[in-house]
Amino acid sequence: MAKYAFFLGCIAPLRYPGIEKSTREVCKALDIELVDLKDASCCPAPGVIRAFNKKTWLAAAARNLALAEKAGLPIVTICNGCYGSLFDAAHELKENPALLKEVNGILAQVGMEYKGTTVVRHFAEVLYNEVGVDKIKAKITNPLSYKVAAFYGCHFLKPSGIKNVDDPENPHILDDLIEATGAKSMPRQNKTLCCGAGGGLKAAFGDVAKKFTQTNLENMKASGAQYIIDVCPFCHLQFDGVQKELGYSIPVLHLSQLMGLAMGMNAKDLALSAHVTPVTL
Amino acid sequence: MVTPNPDFARQIAEAGGEEVKMCFQCGTCTAGCPSGRQTSYRVRKLMRMAQLGLKDEIVNSEELWECSTCYTCVERCPRQVPIVDIVIALRNIAVSEGHMFDAHKKTAQNLAKFGHTVSVSDKVSALRKEMGLPEVPPTVLANAAAKADLDKILKATGFCKIVE
Ligand code: SF4
Ligand code: SF4
Repeated sequence: MAKYAFFLGCIAPLRYPGIEKSTREVCKALDIELVDLKDASCCPAPGVIRAFNKKTWLAAAARNLALAEKAGLPIVTICNGCYGSLFDAAHELKENPALLKEVNGILAQVGMEYKGTTVVRHFAEVLYNEVGVDKIKAKITNPLSYKVAAFYGCHFLKPSGIKNVDDPENPHILDDLIEATGAKSMPRQNKTLCCGAGGGLKAAFGDVAKKFTQTNLENMKASGAQYIIDVCPFCHLQFDGVQKELGYSIPVLHLSQLMGLAMGMNAKDLALSAHVTPVTL
Repeated sequence: MVTPNPDFARQIAEAGGEEVKMCFQCGTCTAGCPSGRQTSYRVRKLMRMAQLGLKDEIVNSEELWECSTCYTCVERCPRQVPIVDIVIALRNIAVSEGHMFDAHKKTAQNLAKFGHTVSVSDKVSALRKEMGLPEVPPTVLANAAAKADLDKILKATGFCKIVE
């Protein structure tokens, strides 16, 4: 049985607990054991905290990585931001021994050490690469017939030079996972356009962020999609939160929630009442 | 009047943006930049300004904060300039000199206070309980000693200065 340290992050547990719950249920159904990464903090967020103070970002990320290293487990995240931060931090610390030494000087103050061995994975990519579409198909008890828009976000795929998850300009793995549930992933224009929320844009220039989101929503609507399927609670928050104001009403589900539904999870356990854009199943 | 600052190149390099010198100003980055489509931000121009050492113009500009860190430019740059790393380096310099949006300060304060970028809400706690999840997630939120460790790290790296 594959075993991972489950890194919660901030937005899923504290804004969309249905994403956390459905991840736990889906992993159980797929024989993936999740061990809570206890005492972890924010990843910390790559576009804001890293932009304010890179040392803080790296040292706090190293603390999270060290917790998993101590548990002897690879990390799995359900968020592109967490994936971006933890993957990038692990990569930098592995490539740069001087930096690792410096960070360990800071971790020593709290009695910790990071050796540089933690592997960081994303839930969607684990489903695709470790479980596989065929095994997922075999677990679907409630095949779905929705037409959906697959939304990859940015930090799941990029920078592709170090992540190597999928083709950053023309990805397919999320579409394949979605179609394993019976749903149809609708082709659309500019599929890899950013949601707009990252890099501190949502907080500082909300109207600019919304323009990114609106372009996406327009393309999704034109494609005939009835749902938006994301792999990141922060993209999720952006799509879910701004639609009403922009005059759209396409329900938003995280991949874990879509998978949960298709595997017969109780709708109550998706915490759909936390969603701003109403979700009717 | 522009005021080139030769020390700035060293400062950028120290902050992790040394490879800005690789940029040969082709403009591929700006052509695909989703932010540039909506705003006056021009990433090619920012790279040039960094090369020239136009520090005041950069640290005082709103455009520096209009990048969503989507990495589209990084994927397409023919010189493999790590553009996002450079934007991050420039932002670090701006923040260290006191240039920060209130909304960003709030996010930073949340990290210092909760160890997370958002706070716990009663509505979500109730939902968590209903679904059989621990009301408080098993993170630093649930362990004061772990939070104290994080606080020490924030302090040791100078983060506390920016949340004041
Ligand atoms: S694409 Fe690269 S080389 Fe071309 S202007 Fe942008 S940063 Fe410079
Ligand atoms: S990472 Fe920033 S500069 Fe580059 S394309 Fe995206 S928004 Fe533009």
